[in-house]
Amino acid sequence: MDTDSQLIAALGRDLDGSFEALVLAHQDRLYSIALRMLGNTRDAEEAAQDALVRAYRALAGYPPQRILELRLRPWLATIVLNLCRSRIGRRAAGGRPPLSLDAAEPGTLEPPTDEHSGPAATAIRRDASRAWADLLLTLPPAYRSAVVLRHVDGLSYPELANALDRPEGTVKAQVHRGLALLRTAFEAAERREREEMTA
Amino acid sequence: MTIHDRDLEAAMASLFTTAPPSLAPGVLAAVGLADRYARIESPIGPLAVAWNGIGVSSVDVADDDASFEASHRARTGRRAISAERLPAALDRAIRRRLAGDRRVRIDLDLRSHTSFERDVWDKALEIPRGEVRPYGWIAAEIGRPRAVRAVGTALGHNPVPLIVPCHRVVRSDGTIGQYSLGGSHNKRTILAAEGLDPDRLESDARTGIRFVGSDTTGVVCLPSCHHARRITAAHRVPFRSMAGAIAAGYRPCRACRSGSGAIAA
Repeated sequence: MDTDSQLIAALGRDLDGSFEALVLAHQDRLYSIALRMLGNTRDAEEAAQDALVRAYRALAGYPPQRILELRLRPWLATIVLNLCRSRIGRRAAGGRPPLSLDAAEPGTLEPPTDEHSGPAATAIRRDASRAWADLLLTLPPAYRSAVVLRHVDGLSYPELANALDRPEGTVKAQVHRGLALLRTAFEAAERREREEMTA
Repeated sequence: MTIHDRDLEAAMASLFTTAPPSLAPGVLAAVGLADRYARIESPIGPLAVAWNGIGVSSVDVADDDASFEASHRARTGRRAISAERLPAALDRAIRRRLAGDRRVRIDLDLRSHTSFERDVWDKALEIPRGEVRPYGWIAAEIGRPRAVRAVGTALGHNPVPLIVPCHRVVRSDGTIGQYSLGGSHNKRTILAAEGLDPDRLESDARTGIRFVGSDTTGVVCLPSCHHARRITAAHRVPFRSMAGAIAAGYRPCRACRSGSGAIAA
């Protein structure tokens, strides 16, 4: 929070001189949000890049006072989320498959460096991560975005309410409902796996 | 098997990941705060081409990354971040431009340059591949006939050589003249690659010939004009000055506009 308020003060003084600091401070979270909303790395990079470009253009048009009043974390989250939603909408309208689950994840392609820690252990971790990412993509976008902002990005509930422009009670309910759906999906997947193994 | 809330939340937290390294440079270039650069092949070897969301911002000989990045920063005040390759559309456009297609559109980032400089560079873009024009021609064409020296300076400051073909502008006495992209030797190499013989151009100029007329058409051209190069030896009439050509009943060519900067001279 404190680094963000320093950043906001710097942005108000000298946007061009401090915008790179904003990019470096927020690119991982915007990319993570986009990746978990969209499910593939190329779309996620485009959405995160587009969000930061839009943020720059918006900041360039704001008077300094408005910049100082910004809550950077939820504000940026709203921008990237809106871009993800319109991409999801376009996919649905274009009749493209809603998810491409086979896209490679960054960081999953390096071979394990330590024989002793075992390729199997790495594979399990990687598969678990992939499996959770896939399950998340099965949630309806409203629940998915609530869970992603709260538990992947780590926004607080007040920030989440700000980002989604809903009362805090509503976003809490969306997060809980999203987690419940996720649990149900996880348990169903486990059941299927067990049945396949015993069949 | 049930899963605890804590584990579910931890699983979600593990889905946080790092952005690909191309993201931040892409953003900074898109808003014009930093430029990307990559190399292209040219008749004088590999060149570094830098661009951003506005357009191409510099072209330079690139012996190594560090020296290009330093000179780019000194010139533009912006960082240049190495990229694997040019965007495909830009790469295609530059190839077509270097092959002589003057209509292909290439956006340029020429912020911080004067309108006089831009006028000079726009005018240089009108010179066809394989031809040259004197500095005085540019000065006359942009309506500043006395600013010949300033035209030379502006061409020397051209941040995007080859894309803006300042190598096609030569001294009024017909000698090849200086070149910002690594010196006059490179200028000769590029002109030769475009189908012009720089030695011949200079040896002709030393004889005092500035214009070439055709006694069948009564038109007088600059020596490198594609019309002049089609005149057969039998019909070729050399002139030392435009005034002499006009006195002999010739009119300036409308293609090379040989009259520009030559009438008063």
